[in-house]
Amino acid sequence: MADNSVEMREVVKRHGTTTAVDRLSLEIRKGEFFSILGPSGSGKTSTLRLLAGFECPDQGEILIEGHPMQGVPPNRRPVNLVFQSYALFPHLTAAGNVAFGLEMQRVPRAEIESRVTAALEMVKLASKRDRVPGQLSGGEQQRVALARALVNRPAVLLLDEPLGALDQQLRQEMQVELKAIQEQVGITFVCVTHHQEEALTMSDRVAVMDHGRVLQVGAPHEIYESPASLFVANFIGVSNTVTGRIIALDDGRCVVNTPDLPAVPAIHARAPLGALAGAQVTLVLRPEHLHLSRDVRSDVRTDGVDNAVPARVAKAMYNGSEMQYHLSVSEGLLWQARVPNSRGDQKRFLPGESIYVRWKVDEGVILAE
Amino acid sequence: MNVPVPSTATPPLLFDSRVTRWFMAPAAAWMALFFFIPLLLVLVISFATRGPYGGIEWTPTLENYALLGDFLYLHVYGRSLILATLTTAVCLLAGFPLAYYIARLPVRRQGVWILLVIVPFWTNFLVRTYAWMFILRTEGLLNTILLKVGVIASPVEILYSDAAVLIGLVYGYLPFMVLPLYAVLGRLDFSLVEAAWDLYASGWAVVWRVILPLAKPGVIAGCILVFIPTLGAYITPDLLGGARTMMVGNLIQHEYLVVRDWPLGSAFSFALMAMVLAGVWWYWRVERETR
Repeated sequence: MADNSVEMREVVKRHGTTTAVDRLSLEIRKGEFFSILGPSGSGKTSTLRLLAGFECPDQGEILIEGHPMQGVPPNRRPVNLVFQSYALFPHLTAAGNVAFGLEMQRVPRAEIESRVTAALEMVKLASKRDRVPGQLSGGEQQRVALARALVNRPAVLLLDEPLGALDQQLRQEMQVELKAIQEQVGITFVCVTHHQEEALTMSDRVAVMDHGRVLQVGAPHEIYESPASLFVANFIGVSNTVTGRIIALDDGRCVVNTPDLPAVPAIHARAPLGALAGAQVTLVLRPEHLHLSRDVRSDVRTDGVDNAVPARVAKAMYNGSEMQYHLSVSEGLLWQARVPNSRGDQKRFLPGESIYVRWKVDEGVILAE
Repeated sequence: MNVPVPSTATPPLLFDSRVTRWFMAPAAAWMALFFFIPLLLVLVISFATRGPYGGIEWTPTLENYALLGDFLYLHVYGRSLILATLTTAVCLLAGFPLAYYIARLPVRRQGVWILLVIVPFWTNFLVRTYAWMFILRTEGLLNTILLKVGVIASPVEILYSDAAVLIGLVYGYLPFMVLPLYAVLGRLDFSLVEAAWDLYASGWAVVWRVILPLAKPGVIAGCILVFIPTLGAYITPDLLGGARTMMVGNLIQHEYLVVRDWPLGSAFSFALMAMVLAGVWWYWRVERETR
């Protein structure tokens, strides 16, 4: 397909006895910001190294811009990698680092000069072009690494935990900037990260990986709001879960019996496709979807909230923009809830208080076991 | 009113400076007694005159240094310089790939290889040089093998030639090249090599543009550690070079012990030192200019 920048077909990569990448198939579209998200050891870095050409697949096929990459070494691939550690050449200046790839491709001197200048301007480092990496801050080094890769105008830019070494504030700034740069240059970005917020913020599409396999591919909101499995639900954001059994199905909705919540007879939720009565399921709820109140009856129907479970406040934490609650919904079952501190009259609950946790039918996700 | 008081405090010291001076004392005394004073003596003797029976007569003269201009002696210095340079070059060419290979091995296996590199030091250098005589002589191991295999029809005369000296020197000083190179290459961040490769560099370009510049301190240390002792080498040229292949070390030994001309031997020693210092100074200047 001409629309795909990268295609991986049934790729297998083993390291000794462990299978790092297990029959992985991916299609990455031209010009999209694609993130591979997974815990450490999930095979995401191996996937990136396979694309860069540092490793060869044991089985399967990799195509970049429609060309098979079998036997093509890293220096002949139309891809560039931004290393996790940046891997800037310590003996070269910022400009020297950025010029390296162009010099290796024997680009004419004058063109190198103008492209290096443009690349450094794009990452706002034109004033520090003559500094060596040791004289640059972590954030600046990150920008040099980005410019050094982008200046070559690769078909695909690979990023290995690009913001991993930056502190929280810089990380958030760079998320916005990285996305802006990607839109500006229009190059396909493939970004590997274990940081779910980073992946959701920057990406057009996200692939969640574990044990060398892709578990789900989709737009950030699909991944977050409709996780395909419990692993994805738990890995992306915080999930409150309770297991149960479907006892009735009706008009796209299902009734779930949850033995772990003895105080309520049943939970109502949207039925997943192909759900069967009697099936063992897990209900997943996001902390920001939970509404807290002191009164069970309070306008349950009118605001569309139709599940209510009694709970006791175990912990209440103030973190500025919101309140975080740990709620004991039954013996040994702890849920988390987040309530924005947006309004001055916002009710706050105290540890030990007995309250009701309520949520709308559509906010719960039912996952088959 | 708060006026900032200029700080006069020095940074805290682990030991009192009077105490640290005493820590230095043994080494300083040793160097003064057994290095500096004898060196000074040799310098003084180099300006003295040889007595009729090999003694030293304290008649100041520059005659000894003037003799350095003699073609016979210049020839020996020239050969030493060429052999030392060749030895350093061969050690670098052979030692670099070896050091890189060891540095890229899993850490557990690196120790074994480093051990293999330094194992020869466990045997006396003289004994090892005699072993080389056994290998290189006309009916020696090397010729026997080459004849058996049929590479050569008649034995090659390697022993007592410049080639034999070169082989012996490279053998003796290769570890001094490998160890400092291994020290820098072992600390080399391999992701830099991958980065260069990813940025379209060929294998040779990676070596020239990334690995060598970063290994430079090790290359310099290794070259100095090989070049300086090789320049003054004595045992190797004596045993493997025979009478035909004399180096400065043999010349000095000859003057001191055979001719019993201590003043001339001293002058030759200082000429050797001057050569080494000139080399280091030249390198230091080049290095400063390229910065």
